[in-house]
Amino acid sequence: MNLKKTFLPLFNPLSKDNPVIVQILGICSALAVTAKLEPALVMTISVTAVLALANVIISLLRNTIPTSIRIIVQLVVVAALVVIVDQVLKAYNYEVSKALSVFIGLIITNCIIMGRLEAFALNNRPWPAFLDGIGNGIGYGIILIIVAFFRELFGSGTLMGYQIVPQSWYEAGYMNNGMMILPPMALILVGCIIWVHRAKNKDLQE
Amino acid sequence: MENLNIFIRSIFVDNMIFAYFLGMCSFLAVSKNVKTAFGLGIAVTFVLTIALPVTWCINEYLLQPGALSWLGEEYASADLSFLGLIMFIAVIAALVQILEMVIEKYTPALYNSLGIFLPLIAVNCAILGAVLFMQQREFSNAWTATVYGVGSGIGWLLAITALAAIRERLDYSNVPKPLRGIGITFIITGLMGIAFMSFLGIKL
Repeated sequence: MNLKKTFLPLFNPLSKDNPVIVQILGICSALAVTAKLEPALVMTISVTAVLALANVIISLLRNTIPTSIRIIVQLVVVAALVVIVDQVLKAYNYEVSKALSVFIGLIITNCIIMGRLEAFALNNRPWPAFLDGIGNGIGYGIILIIVAFFRELFGSGTLMGYQIVPQSWYEAGYMNNGMMILPPMALILVGCIIWVHRAKNKDLQE
Repeated sequence: MENLNIFIRSIFVDNMIFAYFLGMCSFLAVSKNVKTAFGLGIAVTFVLTIALPVTWCINEYLLQPGALSWLGEEYASADLSFLGLIMFIAVIAALVQILEMVIEKYTPALYNSLGIFLPLIAVNCAILGAVLFMQQREFSNAWTATVYGVGSGIGWLLAITALAAIRERLDYSNVPKPLRGIGITFIITGLMGIAFMSFLGIKL
């Protein structure tokens, strides 16, 4: 029982309190990087890393930060972490860093990070804050990966760059759905995910 | 002519919401009625209009590789571009703070209805996004950057006002229960995005 309570911040954000479809945070980047699976995975890892570290740092500092300047302090901590992630990506995976373009920089303004810092890290000890960061990062990642999976499979016929739809289908007249690559389809897919999720969790319905 | 092209394109073709999904959080949260949505749109446009030329100057004269050459020969090789993100976010946060004080003083009604979303303009991705796009596209002078800022702001204003108007009507329609509220809003935004795609390819 006690164990379950300790890990609540880790498992809660996966479905019941998912950052994207329940808390409606971090939509911007969730939609823009999901045309292909690989950038979506890199984005998930980057956001999880920044979120977990920022949560721990703010949680350690929580008793020393005056409330009136806390937003500035949080922004500086997050910006410093994002600069590190940005430089690491540029050094080791330049292609993906190019594909993500400004969206790595935009992790700073990703509402998931500010939201979790404000709502959780400021009044909790470092260890639960760390678990909360990891849990929310993964919850965010799940949605990204589901959306990217459908968009890449139906839009380009590939997954992670490997061709999935066999060549013979194309010869028989199968065509990629160009709609899936366009930005608006990401919104409609997330809308459908929310539909399914709320149909299962009746207490979330409005 | 080139400026006019950038202006029209940043409103319709490269619309912050429908082409890049920037500023979605406040877009979805504040679009419940037209009046508040319009107020927030104006505030965002205002911050963008000031933030873009300021950050353009910072980028041009402080951050770019070789930008410090006006200080003298020995600084010509300096490259401070890794400081970009921190500088930009600091400028934006300061601007938003000023705007908040101005709005609180002159229109308290708007101040109360915007609530928490006014300080949150600082972390509105549309603003930092426009600044980063400006840096990426390497505009040739501060005037072009300003035009881009105004255009992006108006595009955002247009999008949030339109969505708020649709959502006001939505209260009278019979939406499936699990889809009510945020779900249907996502789908409407998607459909509006498809409509906006008809502007693709506009060139002046």
